[in-house]
Amino acid sequence: MVLAFDEMKAADGTVRPAYGELASWLAGVPPDVLDFRRREAEVLFRRIGITFAVYGEADAQERLIPFDVLPRILSASEWDILRSGLEQRVTAINHYLRDIYSRREILKAGIIPEDLVFRNPVFRPEMNGQKVPYDIYVHIAGIDIVRIDAHTFYVLEDNARTPSGVSYMLENREIMLRLFPELFARHHIAPVENYPDELLAALNSVAPASSSADPTVVLLTPGVYNSAYYEHSFLADKLGVELVEGRDLFVRDELVYMRTTQGSKRVDVIYRRIEDDFLDPLAFRPDSALGVPGLMSAYQAGNVTLANAVGTGIADDKAIYSYMPEIIKFYLGAEPILKNVPTWRCREPEHLSYVVEHVEELVIKEVHGSGGYGMMIGPQADKGTVAAFRAKLKSNPRNFVAQPTLALSTCPTCVDEGVAPRHVDLRPFVLTGRDRIRIVPGGLTRVALTKGSLVVNSSQGGGTKDTWVLDR
Amino acid sequence: MLSRTADNLYWLARYVERAEYLARILEVTQRLTTLPLSYAGSSNEWESALATAGCAHAFSVLYPEASEEAVSDFLCFSSANPSSIRNCFELARSNARAVRTALTVEMWDAINGAWLELKRFGNGPSSREEFLRFLRWVQENSLRFDGSAYRTMLRNDAYWFSRLGVYMERADNTARILDVKYHMLLPAHERVGGPLDYFQWAAILRSVSALTAYHWVYRDSVKPWLIADLLILRDEMPRSLASCYQNLVLYLDHIAHAYGRQGPAQRQARAIRARIENSRMDEIFQTGLHEFISEFITDNNRLGVSISEQYLI
Repeated sequence: MVLAFDEMKAADGTVRPAYGELASWLAGVPPDVLDFRRREAEVLFRRIGITFAVYGEADAQERLIPFDVLPRILSASEWDILRSGLEQRVTAINHYLRDIYSRREILKAGIIPEDLVFRNPVFRPEMNGQKVPYDIYVHIAGIDIVRIDAHTFYVLEDNARTPSGVSYMLENREIMLRLFPELFARHHIAPVENYPDELLAALNSVAPASSSADPTVVLLTPGVYNSAYYEHSFLADKLGVELVEGRDLFVRDELVYMRTTQGSKRVDVIYRRIEDDFLDPLAFRPDSALGVPGLMSAYQAGNVTLANAVGTGIADDKAIYSYMPEIIKFYLGAEPILKNVPTWRCREPEHLSYVVEHVEELVIKEVHGSGGYGMMIGPQADKGTVAAFRAKLKSNPRNFVAQPTLALSTCPTCVDEGVAPRHVDLRPFVLTGRDRIRIVPGGLTRVALTKGSLVVNSSQGGGTKDTWVLDR
Repeated sequence: MLSRTADNLYWLARYVERAEYLARILEVTQRLTTLPLSYAGSSNEWESALATAGCAHAFSVLYPEASEEAVSDFLCFSSANPSSIRNCFELARSNARAVRTALTVEMWDAINGAWLELKRFGNGPSSREEFLRFLRWVQENSLRFDGSAYRTMLRNDAYWFSRLGVYMERADNTARILDVKYHMLLPAHERVGGPLDYFQWAAILRSVSALTAYHWVYRDSVKPWLIADLLILRDEMPRSLASCYQNLVLYLDHIAHAYGRQGPAQRQARAIRARIENSRMDEIFQTGLHEFISEFITDNNRLGVSISEQYLI
């Protein structure tokens, strides 16, 4: 396996410029001070109540995501590349979604196989011909990015449905400001605290034409048992909007209302953190108790804006991912600024035969899996798992894609042995409003805390870091 | 404000208040049962504690006898008792969690901190000393929560609904003590009890933290009819029915004023307060203390239903 790119130190041991201050500070700081800050951070997080439920662990309903006190640092020029690449990618995604649910030129041009769209469970026929305000489908996107070397950033995954994690970006920064004021004074770090303002501006800008000048925005959560509930309540608070559950809303005459202590109140924009399937038991899953009966009818009548729109899964599906460079070229006529990870589509016979032969070297992903579930990292899997995946591949190749095992970049991280490099990724959040695209500098850096591990998902024991984008 | 948010705030306050009340009752009961029989009388105080907590029936289904151990466990830690102190904290916290955004950091800290710390007591204290410490701890946490709410919340509907929860629960609790102990609170012309009853009376006062207040108000030794007067009619006594209803009317009026609309809850609360204000202790004794209290408990429950229908669902 290739040596991973160390974001702080070059191979010859010299420190890269962005990490200069941090490295010299680290060299002088006694180990017990770091350890003390670590424990302080843990206390702060637990008190503030950041918790993350891990599915499948009965008594772990309120486990903390580990937080690493050492920041991940990006230089201004690195961020410039990322920002323009993210804007480009999300713009293309919105063009693509409008096309898929209207004229379908990209299918007619033969760029994406039709069955990948029409036979995909995340494609929503209800959205055919449906107008959405200002043609924006994905108002909030979380784009997962990994770094391979000094110049190469890959997009690992697009999250165009209900991406989470932004509360950690915001809280991590708050905690760091409390723990390391001296480090902040020694850097010029772009702030992230304006994210909620930017989000609210983006949401307000897409209110339906029929709403008042001061639209009512709400955040729709599945409820306290959802793993991201903390984030939902955190964001609602920062946005200054009501955090509603399905039972707080109702639909009358194709208008959405919420039940308040002063009677019913019209709702214009719903920042929904509920999957399509559960939004409306009349339109989608009839057994959903989380949704609002009739919501789709109000949506289709144009009386309420859903952010994100219904049916955006057809943009971030792993089966579609490999076509993203073509999608960007098709709609924008430009080369993608951010690359895709080379991807073998197992549905194509020549790709499949390569993948079957090289299972041990590749990362195999289920097309519909997420959060690190339903995937196998070849070089780290035991023989039994490899054999099982090979069998699955052969029996249902359409269900899989494969990618090379990437040497994700590493950042210095506090672990039991001291400070050591650990693999990281990055999820910046891209907000699309009527007027413009807004991206707060940075995002959520996730870190695989186990030595050598490449799995950064919090559901699989990964941690997070504060992400610093240097202003200069 | 969302109805569900108001509902969560209301119940959050109720559960914290209830936990404190249970802790007081248990503390007083333990104190009474350590007295020699010749002072405390021969009644089973643990049964009386269950009755005052309103869960004698639920208890009798599960346990053959109201022993100290069984009652303490049932009222404090049992998961089978929906109103055990532990469950009160659990419910308070899950209500708090559901409305994090409506709470101040201090309130969240108080309730979340208490919930985290509760685990320290495991499945129950190992000794009487520790049990007493636990009961103290419960009361301190209730005070901390109440103080945080009082000192940090904006004075808007969120605060008012939370105060409604406190006073609805408190009125119910005080009325229950009176309901269980009414036979000891006889009017002046009845046979005055011997020293035996003194400790029972003191216990009643202690369970609403009013023993010292009693002396300040009446400047007299403890007399049963004055206890009834203090707990029912005295505005200045924070746990009296009069004071609870003064506050209920006040906060319901705040809400009605802010929302520009009066409703059944406001009218009912005012009617109950008027009845208390227009009562005199000798009349209450004449028509029957027990009847007065039973009627009050029914009315209080009815107001709870009205508040819920008007605002919380």
